[in-house]
Amino acid sequence: MNKYAVDQNGYYGKFGGAYIPEMLHPHIEELKTNYLSIINTPSFKKSFDDLMKDYVGRPSPLYFASRLSEKYNTNIYLKREDLNHTGAHKVNNTIGQILLAKHLGKTRIIAETGAGQHGVATATVCALMGLECIVYMGAKDVVRQAPNVNRMEMLGAKVEAVHSGSKTLKDATNEAIRDWINHPETYYLIGSVVGPHPYPDMVARFQSIISEEIKWQLKEKTGTAFPSAVIACVGGGSNAAGAFYHFTDHQNTRLIAVEAAGEGVHSGKSAATTALGSIGVLHGSKSLMMQTSDGQVIEPHSISAGLDYPGIGPFHAHLFDTKRAEFYSSTDKEAVDSAFELTRLEGIIPALETAHATAILSKIQFNSSDNVVINLSGRGDKDLDTFINYAK
Amino acid sequence: MNRLVSYFQHKKSGSTLNTYFTAGYPSLHDTLHIIKSLEASGADIIELGIPFSDPLADGPTIQQSSEVALQNGMSIDVLFQQLSDLRNQSNIPIVLMGYVNPVLQYGVEKFINQAAKVGIDGFIFPDLPIIEFQNEWQSLLKKHELSFSFLITPETSKERIILLDSLSSGFLYAVSSSSTTGSSKTEGSKMDTDAYLAKINSLNLQNPVLAGFGIKDNEMYEFINARCDGAIIGSAFIKHLTKNGATKDSISSFIHSIKK
Ligand SMILES: Cc1ncc(COP(=O)(O)O)c(C=O)c1O
Repeated sequence: MNKYAVDQNGYYGKFGGAYIPEMLHPHIEELKTNYLSIINTPSFKKSFDDLMKDYVGRPSPLYFASRLSEKYNTNIYLKREDLNHTGAHKVNNTIGQILLAKHLGKTRIIAETGAGQHGVATATVCALMGLECIVYMGAKDVVRQAPNVNRMEMLGAKVEAVHSGSKTLKDATNEAIRDWINHPETYYLIGSVVGPHPYPDMVARFQSIISEEIKWQLKEKTGTAFPSAVIACVGGGSNAAGAFYHFTDHQNTRLIAVEAAGEGVHSGKSAATTALGSIGVLHGSKSLMMQTSDGQVIEPHSISAGLDYPGIGPFHAHLFDTKRAEFYSSTDKEAVDSAFELTRLEGIIPALETAHATAILSKIQFNSSDNVVINLSGRGDKDLDTFINYAK
Repeated sequence: MNRLVSYFQHKKSGSTLNTYFTAGYPSLHDTLHIIKSLEASGADIIELGIPFSDPLADGPTIQQSSEVALQNGMSIDVLFQQLSDLRNQSNIPIVLMGYVNPVLQYGVEKFINQAAKVGIDGFIFPDLPIIEFQNEWQSLLKKHELSFSFLITPETSKERIILLDSLSSGFLYAVSSSSTTGSSKTEGSKMDTDAYLAKINSLNLQNPVLAGFGIKDNEMYEFINARCDGAIIGSAFIKHLTKNGATKDSISSFIHSIKK
């Protein structure tokens, strides 16, 4: 990836940067100075590759979904991140960052989580490395993603319920950053392509294994490495960043990002950032975000905790701004319906987040010869209660 | 010369008290009256907080005052309206403190122009990066003779302190420990604070240095003033307003308990 990569100052076009109080400066500087040289050393790469293969279970399959393809009259491939250890793409990033944290000699790890997938993935790698782990989670999400709270606790992590603001991912992130300010020796393991530079670039690099695999897997199956379109849901944007990464410079591959429209883009209960947002600074970077004309952050809404976030990462803001990626949104209902459809046609229960991506199939007509890859970012076990209640 | 620069030029001896409060707290129209009460009680400088929905560097006390202020209807627009007659009523140096996002929406240039017009003397924006300060703020501030204070912490390197001092004017803001506002972390660490302020003094900086975060009584106030140019009190004052109200007497009794 060249054209859309981060520049020397940490910006993607006009988005990105590091808008942080001075208390965090030495720690961001430490990361900024060291992350590339550390993650490019042969020993780091080997540790990462070994864990990806034997611990996470990669490569994740690229599965030709024949019944879904038949229904939508095109060729649909599902990138099965749901089959990773811990059940989502999030673990690609936590493995990378925990190796980095170890290298930097950190012993206390903090994270924010929405759906709990990143929290579980962080608690998992902390257990693996024997490190202390504290996960901040909005009080609302603690309730709606209860199975993941239990998993984190069993893994030995401390889950801190956050009661400020909308009690969701945005507020969990605020609280994690405050913890970091108060405990400067801590490593903050961010879960998406958000936050101050170098986090968005770092997380995108760790997630880029998704598109790296898609290339050779698709080539094996179809003879061409480049899909007609790649589709992914966007909360902060990490699974989409990973799925788009190696295709961004290949203009013939459509990049389709799907946000959460909640009860409807203009219902006042939505998380469709590109449709409703404007440029601003949230959680340490300049990007697109939902805000009032006074610059106060608007509390988002989505049935899916992982997409219930009022911003997107700066990389995606840049893809949107330059029109390199197309942005769509799916409502709560469309996502749930699509989750049921995928389950009944293919026997795969997707995460609610992921179901926003699959829901787009009924809105975009692809050609019958197209190869469409959908990033199946996670599995839906954590969402069973929501699915069942919604169906009632 | 703005009031802040002038204050330090004319200061001969004694302590300096910079008091923070959130605009629009406890109620929307308290702003001007709190400013005047602080001035009358002997506060030397006011740090007026512009509330933001997601104040990353603030602890629970200022988070809560910001939330209430926003519910009360405070915004940059409302604040400038409230301050339109400020300089006919008060002469105390005032710096605006906030987060960059509301200013970005308002427009940096318009913000600085309006601030100059109502008689603001300086700014503190803890999340404004140097690069953006230099590109978007610096020349406008010069034009209006307005000050800007960067933060330094015990972990800021010597070289960076010197850089931040060279970019600042009015005063340099020394955070006395790595913490969000209102933290009590500073308490047990007088020795650390002593060493930290001694290190800053040895650098011969161009700006006066005010230290803040976690100061809540006369003892700590005197301790800080003996070692740098003044102390900043925030959360302790907000807590006092919450508990005892924002009357003139309440404010006066707080200031007199700190600056004796
Ligand atoms: C399965 C799944 N997909 C997607 C997301 C959204 O995050 P991102 O946009 O960073 O991929 C989450 C977040 O929790 C998730 O759990």
